[in-house]
Amino acid sequence: MNEKITLFHGSGGEGTKILIDKILKELNNEVLTELLDSAILNLKETIAFTTDSYVISPPFFKGGDIGKLSIFGTVNDLSVVGAEPLFLSLSLIIEEGFELSEFERIIASIKEASEIAKVKIVTGDTKVVEKGKGDKIFINTSGIGVIKENRNIRNRKIECGDLILINGGIGEHGLSIMLERLEVKIGDEVKSDLAPLNSLILPLLDNFKGIKFLRDPTRGGVATVLNEISKKFNFEIEIWEENLPIKNWVKEASNILGIDPLYTANEGKVILVVQRDEAKKVLEFLRNHPLGKDANIIGEVKGSGDKVYLKTEIGTRRILDTLKRDLLPRIC
Amino acid sequence: METKQKEAILKISELIKKISKKEKTIMEFCGTHTHEIFRFGIRELLPKNINLLSGPGCPVCVTSQEDIDYIIKVSYEENFGVITFGDLVNVKGSEMSLNDLRILGREVHIVYNPFDAINIASKNRNKNYILIGIGFETTAPNLGYTLIKAKEMNLKNLFYYSLNKLTPPAMEAILKMGEVKLNGIIGPGHVSTIIGKEGWMNVFNEYKIPFVIMGFEPLDLIYGIYLLVKMIENDEAKLINAYKRSVKDEGNKKAKEILNKVFKVSDANWRGFGTLKNSGLFLKDEFEIFEIRNYFKYEIKSKKFLSCRCDEVIRGVIKPFECPLFKKVCTPHNPVGPCMVSSEGACSAYYLYGEN
Ligand code: SF4
Ligand code: SF4
Repeated sequence: MNEKITLFHGSGGEGTKILIDKILKELNNEVLTELLDSAILNLKETIAFTTDSYVISPPFFKGGDIGKLSIFGTVNDLSVVGAEPLFLSLSLIIEEGFELSEFERIIASIKEASEIAKVKIVTGDTKVVEKGKGDKIFINTSGIGVIKENRNIRNRKIECGDLILINGGIGEHGLSIMLERLEVKIGDEVKSDLAPLNSLILPLLDNFKGIKFLRDPTRGGVATVLNEISKKFNFEIEIWEENLPIKNWVKEASNILGIDPLYTANEGKVILVVQRDEAKKVLEFLRNHPLGKDANIIGEVKGSGDKVYLKTEIGTRRILDTLKRDLLPRIC
Repeated sequence: METKQKEAILKISELIKKISKKEKTIMEFCGTHTHEIFRFGIRELLPKNINLLSGPGCPVCVTSQEDIDYIIKVSYEENFGVITFGDLVNVKGSEMSLNDLRILGREVHIVYNPFDAINIASKNRNKNYILIGIGFETTAPNLGYTLIKAKEMNLKNLFYYSLNKLTPPAMEAILKMGEVKLNGIIGPGHVSTIIGKEGWMNVFNEYKIPFVIMGFEPLDLIYGIYLLVKMIENDEAKLINAYKRSVKDEGNKKAKEILNKVFKVSDANWRGFGTLKNSGLFLKDEFEIFEIRNYFKYEIKSKKFLSCRCDEVIRGVIKPFECPLFKKVCTPHNPVGPCMVSSEGACSAYYLYGEN
């Protein structure tokens, strides 16, 4: 029989040691091996600090798994404020009965992800909860990154005429997960867009002064981020449907399910507000990067206001509001 | 979208503006039409003298409170789990919604494919399940097929609660009541794919109102509306199928066969209308073993909400923003009535696309 994680693994004693050894085997580094109560780090510059918890069903999906998601998600949160992600914490809450082999798979995947994203996991924790008290596995990661002065975009002013860009296809994470959950047979092209954005964003900030705002459109999707920008800075935003990079499978899936990709989560996407005269060059830069092949200019900042409009393919204009409900497939 | 198509849309829109002289009210019966018309911004392409009205075309919206209360009651019988679809989980009964029930720890599965009901029930043989069959003619064949399979498999722990309704009787009810003066009707595309143009013949022959079956693409919509406007201006009434790539005159034979095999037609309870004669699909004798109503015959007395005006929204008597709760108390985040719950509902479409 396959070995399962039991409450014994959460006892704090021998059992917990089994889990920790498995983690150390993969994620070993000079800070973590010390196993101090706190990781001791040397940092000089301005620091960014973020935390996020990851709960996803199913934990393994096409294009990734909860382990990668928990690393890349936090890496992306740091990257979009211009920080170079350096150190992460990793906290695992495991439901009793979870397969030990799946746990190992997740840890191996975390190792791979942290190598790709060039971050170190320097502290962590494991807890086991009784069956029924959790959904297989929850992961929390916190991350620290440093912001070099030239990458600090916090005080740049958004202006009328600035253009809005995105680095690629919209809605892929959310819709692929939804299809998987519904056990709809899916083709090879259907997968989450999960990816770490630091390799794209940091050089971009080094090269362009005209980047004014960055945000990764995760939960709530592109529409929600655009509305946040519009309301925070008091500008009307207009988005052009024709320019939105949306893959065909996403379009099809959203038609069948009745779910708009503009409201579904992305995990490897960033929305950029860029000064108009630099937008073309930024676009070119994005398109030359593996994570930006399908990048496009998707809209512009118009006069003052607090609403986002979508210019439809047929030239009409309608409001693109924030997400107002749970995403549920329509009946018909 | 191709430039050609875009040009065609704009041309037809100009044409409509040119020929549309009279004030006219056109009802889109189907919730998906309401939604798509907003989504594409079609209203912007129409002259002011065309008043588009949403009808009762969403199965969630027309589900009565009594039905929700019944389901919740069943879920409290020993060992009963609920299997249902989409937005129905968020519609409130007298006390709570199915979603509230789930939060309280009762077993409520939201599935996309009715076949999942078979999977769930056959995996958990010692538990009973009630499958909520919700939908119009469009979804009923699939549900019927599920029951055929469940019968073959001799599944003893799956039960059925039919909320399957027929659309022509609701259309007829609106025309008969005459509360709103309609000049034309946008016929539902998906429903018509099943029942065919034929399915509307009786209603049409009785009321002789311009009636165009339309698809859901912008060009379908604008062209269909043009056909309606032309008829209205010329004082003629025809039943036109403008969605030929999907709708056949006789409909979908296979689907109709399944409907015939599993369901019989009887009176059903609609929110907004009350009981409509011969408007519901219920299980035939051979499938009665699944009929949950045979096992639990409750007297349901639902508590009505004080000021929700969904009833009138469904019948097209008022537009969502005329309801005093709209946007103030009632939002998609905290929906009071089903018209705000359902993503196809009129209130949520008006809310989402900012029309008021
Ligand atoms: S096709 Fe779907 S949305 Fe349209 S009336 Fe039927 S159930 Fe409602
Ligand atoms: S706004 Fe809300 S309360 Fe009013 S009719 Fe619509 S759903 Fe009912």
